[in-house]
Amino acid sequence: MNINLTLFAQMIAFAVFVHFCMNYVWPPIVKALAERKTKIAEGLAAAERGHQEKALGEKHALELMKEAKASASDIVGQAQKRATEIVEEAKNDARAEGDRLVAAAQAEIEREANRAREDLRERVATLAIAAAEKILQKEIDVDTHRSIVDAFAKQL
Amino acid sequence: MSASEMLTSQGYIQHHLTNLTLGVHPEHGFGFAHSSAEAAQMGFWAINVDTMFFSILLGVLFIWFFKGVAERVTAGVPDGAQNFVEWIVDFVEENVRGSFSGKNPMVAPLALTIFVWVFLMNLMDLLPVDLLPYLFGQFMAVLGGNPHHVFLRVVSTTDPNATFGMALTVFLMVLYYSFKVKGIGGFLGELTLQPFGKWGMPANLLLEGISLLSKPLSLALRLFGNMYAGEMIFILIALLYGGSVVLNVTGGLLQFVWAVFHILIITLQAFIFMVLTIVYLDMAHQEHH
Repeated sequence: MNINLTLFAQMIAFAVFVHFCMNYVWPPIVKALAERKTKIAEGLAAAERGHQEKALGEKHALELMKEAKASASDIVGQAQKRATEIVEEAKNDARAEGDRLVAAAQAEIEREANRAREDLRERVATLAIAAAEKILQKEIDVDTHRSIVDAFAKQL
Repeated sequence: MSASEMLTSQGYIQHHLTNLTLGVHPEHGFGFAHSSAEAAQMGFWAINVDTMFFSILLGVLFIWFFKGVAERVTAGVPDGAQNFVEWIVDFVEENVRGSFSGKNPMVAPLALTIFVWVFLMNLMDLLPVDLLPYLFGQFMAVLGGNPHHVFLRVVSTTDPNATFGMALTVFLMVLYYSFKVKGIGGFLGELTLQPFGKWGMPANLLLEGISLLSKPLSLALRLFGNMYAGEMIFILIALLYGGSVVLNVTGGLLQFVWAVFHILIITLQAFIFMVLTIVYLDMAHQEHH
């Protein structure tokens, strides 16, 4: 309990311990702590960057999707237009073909009518001659009047 | 002190409060003091071997453990020991950053040394109060000594030499940095020109001088007083043993309760010593204009 030389010995011991702590203990530990701090900060910054890049990528992807949708609807529109065009063309073709068929049929009819008329004409001539023969059997000589009757028949 | 005296309570307490003092006695010459009276007669030129031994042992333990960690310290994932050390270093650094506004690379290591060293020295108080003194006495008896004259105080901070040693070192640093930062004129001005201005110089000097000198005194006496009182209570509780069963059980309970409470005290005292040191050095670094 007496104050004695221990006091100075303790002061020296204390100073030595502080000196050791200051030179060999404190700096490396604090340096490591600071290093870890920067490491963590860098990691956080990298994570933040990654986050932003992800957001950017998502935005980009959305834009791409939008573009794709737009071009798809474009293509669909063009296809529909083309389809209506084709239908229209087909309709026109069909109409023309129909007209052609009608015209051909009419020509056929015309031809048939003409032939019938020709037939009829010949028959009428024959009938007329036959009738005239009957009427004129006695008075008219067939050979002499034949040319007159033929000329007459041709006027039919 | 005779063997019969040792059986009294007073002798028991006194035995526990006497340091193992090595010095030159005016009558018995160089050697260990055989009683507290002899230790006192040795005067200034004696040394408390137990205080020195335990404080240096614990200081070396502190430096050894922390230096071991510092050598393989990594900024990556820390292992258990590094985690523990970093926890303490972080705690000290936070306190220094909070209380110390100047720039001095010595303050934080100083604070760390104080905190851990004082804590370790205080921690010895939690060892059973008779354990090491008894073992040491038996050991000396084997070597031919009288165990009743062999003293051992395990808790260095109950020796005012240790607490005053630290407080005086801190005080010297306060003086050194006061002169260095403020200059001689600035520091003397601080001591003499406030709070009453230059016409109240004697009063100023008295007030500021007392406040300056009270710093190491309060540092040393606070730690010493707390640890001394704590140890004294352990000793008094230990006196209960050896009586009836009721006394033994009561003593055991009391010792447990006091030890648990003491864990708080030893940590708190180490912390207070550290924080006050930081604050005093901060005041030494502050320039008044």
